[in-house]
Amino acid sequence: MDITLPILILAIPFLMFLILGIGGVKMSRKLAGVLGILGMGSVMTLSYVVALTYFFSGDAAFIVDGVRQQLQVFDVTWLAFTDRLVVNIGFLLDPISAMMLVVITTISFMVHLYSWGYMEHEPGFQRYYAFLSLFSFSMLGLVVATNIFQMYIFWELVGVSSYLLIGFFYKLPSAVSASKKAFIVTRFADLFMLIGILVLSWYVSQTPADGPLGGASAFNFMMLNSQPTNVLASTLGATFMGGSVLTWAMILIFVGGMGKSAMMPLHIWLPDAMEGPTPVSALIHAATMVVAGVYLVARFFPLYCIVPDSLTFITVVGAITAFYAAVVACAQIDIKRVLAFSTISQIAFMMVSLGCAYNEPVEGVHYSGLGYMASMFHLFTHAMFKALLFLGAGALIHAVHSNNYTSMGGLRKYMPITHWTFLIGCLAIAGIPPFSGFFSKDEMLAAMFSRHWFWGAWMTMVAGLTAFYMFRLYYLIFWWEENPEYKNGHKPHDAPWQMSLPLIILAAVSCVAGFIPFGELVTFNGEPYHIHIEAPVAATSITVAVLAIALATVMYRKKNSMPEKMKNIWPGLWTAANRRFYWDEMYQWVTHTVIFGCICRGIAWFDRHIIDGTMDGLAAVTQFCSVKIKGMQSGSVQTYVAWYLLGAILLGAITWICIL
Amino acid sequence: MDSVANIILYFVVAAIIVVFSIMTVTSRRILRSATYLLFVLIGTALFYFQLGYQFLGGVQIAVYAGGIMVLFVFSILLTRRPDEETARLESYRRRAGAFMALAGTVLLLLAIFYMPLVGGESLAGSIEAGQMITMQDIGHAMLGTDRFQYLLPFEAVSVLLLSCIIGGVVVARKR
Amino acid sequence: MDLNIFWYLVPSVIMFAAGVYGFITRKNMIAMLISLELILNSADLNFVVFNRYLFPGSMEGMIFTLFAIAIAAAETAIAISIIINIYREVGNSDVASVKQMRF
Repeated sequence: MDITLPILILAIPFLMFLILGIGGVKMSRKLAGVLGILGMGSVMTLSYVVALTYFFSGDAAFIVDGVRQQLQVFDVTWLAFTDRLVVNIGFLLDPISAMMLVVITTISFMVHLYSWGYMEHEPGFQRYYAFLSLFSFSMLGLVVATNIFQMYIFWELVGVSSYLLIGFFYKLPSAVSASKKAFIVTRFADLFMLIGILVLSWYVSQTPADGPLGGASAFNFMMLNSQPTNVLASTLGATFMGGSVLTWAMILIFVGGMGKSAMMPLHIWLPDAMEGPTPVSALIHAATMVVAGVYLVARFFPLYCIVPDSLTFITVVGAITAFYAAVVACAQIDIKRVLAFSTISQIAFMMVSLGCAYNEPVEGVHYSGLGYMASMFHLFTHAMFKALLFLGAGALIHAVHSNNYTSMGGLRKYMPITHWTFLIGCLAIAGIPPFSGFFSKDEMLAAMFSRHWFWGAWMTMVAGLTAFYMFRLYYLIFWWEENPEYKNGHKPHDAPWQMSLPLIILAAVSCVAGFIPFGELVTFNGEPYHIHIEAPVAATSITVAVLAIALATVMYRKKNSMPEKMKNIWPGLWTAANRRFYWDEMYQWVTHTVIFGCICRGIAWFDRHIIDGTMDGLAAVTQFCSVKIKGMQSGSVQTYVAWYLLGAILLGAITWICIL
Repeated sequence: MDSVANIILYFVVAAIIVVFSIMTVTSRRILRSATYLLFVLIGTALFYFQLGYQFLGGVQIAVYAGGIMVLFVFSILLTRRPDEETARLESYRRRAGAFMALAGTVLLLLAIFYMPLVGGESLAGSIEAGQMITMQDIGHAMLGTDRFQYLLPFEAVSVLLLSCIIGGVVVARKR
Repeated sequence: MDLNIFWYLVPSVIMFAAGVYGFITRKNMIAMLISLELILNSADLNFVVFNRYLFPGSMEGMIFTLFAIAIAAAETAIAISIIINIYREVGNSDVASVKQMRF
């Protein structure tokens, strides 16, 4: 493939960032918005061209005997530490990166368009578009990274742009603290990821260059993934913190993904990140950046498979997180928080699915890589319908000027477009056919059942919870009881076309995305897989989802006292779920009481009294001496001479005494 | 054995130098102290003659007594009335000066008398031991470039004097 | 009775001490300059005396004194021009009135 298109895909968002970031102050809002949208639109077109060429051209570079190939379009040396420890910058094209290009640019374009309407009256409009471009650039660079170090760099860049965008309303203290929280938590997780990268690349770079691993850079994905057994062999014999080096390395790298993807216990930043503008939540905290953890595991899938313990770890973390987030989502009042916990839960779904995949044929399992394919499929469909839900929530917030469902209710008559698109999003996430979520979720559940019935049953329950809380949200917003304020005074209405158009497009995509033959395009080894619905699994999940929706309908369609009664059965549970099971309070206690109170206080005392005290003491002594002796510089020549002579006489006398 | 005339001359000149030195720094009329300085300088010139350095004595009288003294007198007359008396000195300053001078004197005298200075014991003997310095010798020493010849310092001094003339004009001229 | 080296050094020391006393105590800058000339003169005399008694065969002491006299003349001329300038600025030639260069 010609390298022009890939380079342009990375260069255009970066240039847009520079143009809008530097020249934005001088631009009008309209010019900045049009520039941002046009730039993103062209990147989207180019990405479509690249992805379609990759998937459908049948070129020998991309597909050989029906197996999709992994190729580096370009890969240039950037930093060379040693012969093997070389950091490259490049563009890796394989099924998942091509799929991610499509997802990122589509959602990003929709959000660019939507923001034109949503952010119209906000100050700092140009800055907002500059940050969006920066984020798009970093995310694209992340998914096309040819090596783990490049991925790490862009990984941090998406963290920075997420920080900038969460704190976009920098005059709100809550937004500022939320952005700091997001940055610190993800950065803390990235520390482990960096350690994992270093552990892995250290042992790989220790192997001889003429050995089985060859002389390629120790960071390179293709080299690492093409020969996982050799990588494992290169680390055998060494232990790291009492365990296998490769297991530790992969788990540590996954911890970085846990931070970005908001897995427990590092999930605390994502609900607070909803302080950012809603389109940003749709782009970064629902569709693209938070799935970077899933993408990371998928990228390293062969290496994760060679150390099954790490896959088990991923499965357990994902299963716990999915259930936890689903329960919490049932008891939130802020609609964006509900969606945030729903995102956490869905990402955990993808993680479990990945953890349940195998990369080699297994007895009794008709397709071992199903979990991988299903996870990527769900990543794709989830990005679409979750962005749709967030953008719909944005339209609601835009209309009602509140984040809480308590000030909504009965909105279906006032905002028909938002209502119908939101309903499509809810149906998709609940897993009702023929909407896209059904297909991907069905594949994931099938993969989990094939691993172990427990995971399948557990996640089916979570899927039921998902359907319940989504429809609870839907009914509380659009049905329940009409807010009396709408009758007299401010009447909510549908958003302008810039905001409605993305909703309609994404809703349409959510309706049909399930019929994409995803298995033909994206599998763990490039060989096509023909998706077929497994009847028992599908029937179970549909039944569970329909039952959950029915329960939600009974409880929340019309205003009644049933939710209140259920809440009062065990009020402690509702409060705990509403307070997110006190995770934030626990972190607060650990950081403030334990770390700040015990450790940092001593360090601060040492710093203030010993280090500063030494410095202050030096300054004080110098000042004291200078004050005392400055009187000697009197400006009187004769005094100087007298002192000089006295000194000379004393010297002479001393010399004299010494000679005698 | 030095001649009696030389000894008498020595005592006279030494008395002049000691007495007028002290009067120079104690006189409260500045024009008088300049005059006393003139006597000290002439006494020094007499010592130079006595020690056998006629040219140096001549230079001392011409440059010091003739040139520098005129400068002093002119500047004194320019900056104050000749009969004006200086203010009385503060006693602490006088004590400090006296202490310094006495301490210095004591130290130097101790040094002079206890240092083993090996040399001629009499003036006549010393003059005998050395050669008569002629104008020719001085001329060669000043304008030669060999060892113990001083063309470079001579020229440096001439440049110094030139810059001094210009500097004096620049600093003192009316603005 | 011989006139040995000490006979000449003693008046020189007294001249020097008188110069020091004058330099420290006098208030008038021209008077200080006069004291300075005394100090210089005693040093010149020392050079010549040492030359005569200790190294009678050479004449470096004398040459040195010659240069010293020339430089003293230059120094005096410059000093006097500075003093006259100060006198123009502050109206007297009192050393106590030139104390700007202090802490």
